[in-house]
This record gives sequence, structure tokens and C-alpha cells, in this order.
Amino acid sequence: MKAKVHVTLKQGVLDPQGKAVQHALAALGFTGVGDVRQGKFIELDIAEADPAKAKAQVEEMCRKLLANTVIENYAIDLEG
Amino acid sequence: MKAAVIVFPGSNCDRDVAVALKRVTGHAPRMIWHRDTALPALDLIVVPGGFSYGDYLRSGAMAAHSPIMAAVTAQAAKGVRVLGICNGFQILTEAGLLPGVLMRNQGLSFICRDVLLKVETSASDFTAGYNAGQVVRIPVAHGDGNYFAEPAVLDRLEDEDRVAFRYCDEGGAPLEAANPNGSRRNIAGILNETRTVLGMMPHPERLADPLLGGTDGAPMFRALAAALS
Repeated sequence: MKAKVHVTLKQGVLDPQGKAVQHALAALGFTGVGDVRQGKFIELDIAEADPAKAKAQVEEMCRKLLANTVIENYAIDLEG
Repeated sequence: MKAAVIVFPGSNCDRDVAVALKRVTGHAPRMIWHRDTALPALDLIVVPGGFSYGDYLRSGAMAAHSPIMAAVTAQAAKGVRVLGICNGFQILTEAGLLPGVLMRNQGLSFICRDVLLKVETSASDFTAGYNAGQVVRIPVAHGDGNYFAEPAVLDRLEDEDRVAFRYCDEGGAPLEAANPNGSRRNIAGILNETRTVLGMMPHPERLADPLLGGTDGAPMFRALAAALS
């Protein structure tokens, strides 16, 4: 089973990289781009076949390592 | 004072801090590889600067879960002093020994230069060699030094006198212009609840010898040696 994890900065946490991307897009002539927020996408192959157990495993991975919950949120999608 | 320096793959200030410690104690600290799982009886553990695990995922995130950190956490719980410098500070926050997180610098650039710091408290074994309010010059060298914590956490740090250092101007004012990285409330270093763990982004070990152009970092190591010997 594949787990796809999106890690994003929480609302209210400044994202200087997102801001830099926003400015670079404007400099390239892409108008109408509002706020840009940058995050991480992590894809995992999981041996566990039971979706509920797999999700619980990945949740724990997110809390312990993949995300820093002081500043980041995470979202998990399971496939297959 | 029995001291140890934890060495991770990518640590690069471990030897600098070992030299600074040897200057005040007369003997070299133990160098402990991150794969070790046990620590000898110690008075001080230093988690040094560098780029442990190449800063993969987040600065300090991998090192915080390396085998030796369980022993570091257990010793910290017993009151053994723990000093985290730069990457060491990042590791201590990721390991949950200090609150908050060090984010990418607000200006996105890696900053490597001397900064001025106001010593906010002398009430710790780390800062007892300074006077509260004193301004010292210490170098920083980091890309992820932007200290962030929720306002309630910051309030608590201030109420409990746990902000050790703030970025400041020559007069000691914590102005925005004196803040190199966007840290909340100009915070450069903090103590844990029991004042036995200090994390700081600046590098006192890099200015602890006259040959290096300054000695403002030396009082930290002298004070630790005096308190723990």
C-alpha cells in the first residue's frame, strides 16, 4: 500500500520560501498569484495491508518524525 | 567537570567546543559517536553545531532520533547539564528537550557573522559568568535560526526568566534591525524549566580564545567548569 503525506506549514506561520517563490513568479510575469505556501510531499510504501492500521502507522510516523507539529500540519492519503 | 561532546555525521563544531572545554578544564572531553547507546557518568553534555544528517527533512530532525539521544534525554532528566549550540539547539527542540522550533531564516540567506547578544539572565550554570543585561559579541553561522514558538510559549519563557540571550544593538536594545534571522522576540537562546538545558544559535566556542579575535564566549565555559567541578 502507498501512503502519500503532505506536510504544510500551519496558518499564521510565516513561510519565507513561499514568499520568495511568489515574488519570483511575479518577476516572471505571472500576474494574479496570491499567497504561496511551500510544503513537502512524502511517498511511502507500507507493508501493512489493513487501511486503518496503515493509517495509524503513518499518523505515528508523522507525529514522531515526518512533521514538526509545532509549525506543521500533515495530511495522509492511502492508495492501493 | 566531566564533559562529553556528541558527534553526529555532519557535526562540524565538535572539535571547536572540545578545545574550548579543554581550555577551562585542562582535559579533553569524551567524544561520543551518535550510534553509541550509553553515556558514562557526566556533568555536561554538549550537542555541537554542524549539519547533522545533512539537515535532511528538517534541521536536527534525524539526529533527534539517533541512538545516543535516548541516553542524552535520560541524563538531562536527571539534571545533567546539556548545552546545544546551533545545530545542537535545533536537535534539542526536535527531541523535545526545549520548546519551539528553529525555522528557515526570514531572509532565506545563510548568515555567518558576529552578532551582538544581550545576556538576559545570569541565573543558570551556563550564563553565571555574565551579568544580566551585558552585551556580548558572539558569531552565528546558520540557515535555520529563526526561533518560533506560540505566543503562550514565548510568554511563559519570559515569565520564567528562561530567555538566556536576545539579538540586540550596541546598547542592548532588542531591535528588529538587530535581529539577523526573524526570531520571535529576538530570541537567540533559551533554558528549559529546570535551567539545566540551554539551547542557543550563536557559537560561544568560536570566540573563546584571543587568537580567534575575541573571548566573549569564554565565560560560558569557565562558569560551567566552576559550577560543575
